[in-house]
Amino acid sequence: MKEIALHLLDIAENSVAAQGRNISIEVVEDLSSDLLSLSVTDDGRGMDERAAQQALDPFYTTRTTRKVGLGIPLLKLAAEQAEGRLTLKTASGKGAKIEASFRHSHIDRMPLGDLSMTFLTLLVAYPHVHWVFVYRVVDAAGQSRSFEFDDAELKTALSDTPLTEPQILKFVRGMFEEGIEAIAPQTVK
Amino acid sequence: MPAIKSLEELKRVREEALQKKQVKAAAGSIQVIVAMGTCGIAAGARETMKSVLNYIETNNLSGVTVTQTGCMGMCEQEPIMQVIVGESPRVVYGKVNAEVAAQIMKQHVQGGQPLKERVLPV
Repeated sequence: MKEIALHLLDIAENSVAAQGRNISIEVVEDLSSDLLSLSVTDDGRGMDERAAQQALDPFYTTRTTRKVGLGIPLLKLAAEQAEGRLTLKTASGKGAKIEASFRHSHIDRMPLGDLSMTFLTLLVAYPHVHWVFVYRVVDAAGQSRSFEFDDAELKTALSDTPLTEPQILKFVRGMFEEGIEAIAPQTVK
Repeated sequence: MPAIKSLEELKRVREEALQKKQVKAAAGSIQVIVAMGTCGIAAGARETMKSVLNYIETNNLSGVTVTQTGCMGMCEQEPIMQVIVGESPRVVYGKVNAEVAAQIMKQHVQGGQPLKERVLPV
């Protein structure tokens, strides 16, 4: 994986596979504390302690736990390579929450990548899930700005019109791209 | 920042979409499925998805359902994309990068002719 946004997509797929109905993704770029953190929270079936342990270790993954596979260990590795960490909080029947952090300025931190495309992909492909996406940027002075999207309002307004109608797609893509672009920290080109 | 640019604008866009859709409804249902397991994503499936959505948007293609599936056990062929047109059996494509995805959208989804050289025997 070349982007944090791709890891996010992968981790969110686990939440969908675990039958999460409400899934929220939060990404925070905090320049004041030099931290990039993310979380994916779902209300799916969760995992018992043993399965949760195995989910973190690529070599213990068996076929029965294959729905989790390599995704979590890969993200854990990516976080640890950038002085960060990954935690998994879950219990059987209680959903799951994965949190990962990276040192923002670490030379080995992979770029955040195309967050709007990750959001759009999830929204379009899993219309039955209630999605909440939050992207927050805290600048060096501690000023916070955020893009918050809860699909409930959008879905009510759309009624049963599919998101893949070209005009709707354009609208939603534009909304994500503009909203995220407006607050993303300037990158050195 | 308000999440939705403007609810009014969205409603207007929806009305437009509905009116145009009635014209296209006769074409039958078309489903495009992109495999997005860890293997698929690592192989570039999100770019495949982007290309599909971009094609729909730029060519004003109505009535296409786009969904995802997990790992299909053919990781070496990722990104994998399937197309189902109406009652026809599904067609599974392998190594679908953004460029191939656009080709499939044009030739198969829009033109009705599968892109034979990319079809996987399943």
